[in-house]
Amino acid sequence: MIYFFSCIAVALCLIMVLPLYRCLFGPTVLDRLVGVNAIGSKTVVLLLLIGYLYGRVDMFVDIALAYAFLNFVAVLAASRYFHKRKGLYEESFME
Amino acid sequence: MHILINIAAIFFLAMGLIFFLGGAVGIIRMPDFYSRLHPAGKLDTLGIFAMVLGLVIYNLHHFSIEVLLLSIKMFLIVFFVFLASPTATHSIVDAGMRAGLRPWTRKTKKE
Amino acid sequence: MKENRSEKQGTWSRKKSGSALFSFCITFVFMFVTWIILSGKFDPLLLGLGIFSSAIVAWFFHDLLFAGATMEQAGVFVRFCRYMPWLVMEIIKANFHMLYLVFHPRMRQLIDPHIIQFQTGLKSDIAITTLANAITLTPGTVTITATSEGGFRVHSIDRKSAEGLPGVMRDRVAHVYGENR
Repeated sequence: MIYFFSCIAVALCLIMVLPLYRCLFGPTVLDRLVGVNAIGSKTVVLLLLIGYLYGRVDMFVDIALAYAFLNFVAVLAASRYFHKRKGLYEESFME
Repeated sequence: MHILINIAAIFFLAMGLIFFLGGAVGIIRMPDFYSRLHPAGKLDTLGIFAMVLGLVIYNLHHFSIEVLLLSIKMFLIVFFVFLASPTATHSIVDAGMRAGLRPWTRKTKKE
Repeated sequence: MKENRSEKQGTWSRKKSGSALFSFCITFVFMFVTWIILSGKFDPLLLGLGIFSSAIVAWFFHDLLFAGATMEQAGVFVRFCRYMPWLVMEIIKANFHMLYLVFHPRMRQLIDPHIIQFQTGLKSDIAITTLANAITLTPGTVTITATSEGGFRVHSIDRKSAEGLPGVMRDRVAHVYGENR
């Protein structure tokens, strides 16, 4: 079962590559923000799985909870920051 | 009994993995930023729910009061994500709207 | 403007002082349960520290989380707990539709993003917030703006998920908060 957990963790890491593409080459800033949010929500589960692998779930669940809070606050603050910037997004129309 | 627990845990973990994969592929494939939010915000939420459910079912192997508290803590994460994910999605959409980003519409409909 | 606001706050706190003890108790119990879940130890020292700190937090912030809570609003809580499983079922059903859309090879012919507007007629802020969150959590639709008069603008990804929108979900939320028309 622990072997299965490590397989799931590796698969999650592979899935994270796809939003990373969106982070690197996203046409707008908000696209990158969406990618960061998706990576963060996968990281929460990854932390829980790492806790199972090390046999210390009681410690890693706190880290996962804190990471979920941090991810939420980061996305909220960044999207508030990009509120007022008009005209940043002209390049985004991919016809 | 142990085999049943293992099968249920594997089932839910695999389902969560499929949801996560769907969200990631949706982020890549969708045409514009508004429609990208649909898979990103929601499939990830359900993915976290399914995976944590699988882990909690795996916890049932050795039941004690500490493991119960651990499972409640895990569901606290899920509850928080269910509250936070719509807020984050709405905040990003709001930023896009105020920046004047027009949504992608289908070309064939517009003639 | 400033005087107006301060006067409004004054009437607020005066109106709430009757149920301040009740909301203090609710906040204290909530904080203490959270403390127990997050700490997970049952030493007398840690429990005493938990009682102390949650009493302080409840003393300062009793008008923040459960402001003006009364005994009659327990019905709202019960109905909210009954509404929750229905919402989760709805989310799961709609998620499979979303999965089908994402993995479909000719996705760009299937989706049809557009923005719809409708009026719900909900009054209280918390009902509008709950409805906005529920709409956003259901895949296929994202709330863009929700005004305090109950007007909604929703970005929807295809016609199928948009057509049933202000119907059943609005009625459910209105039933939870007792706002039937």
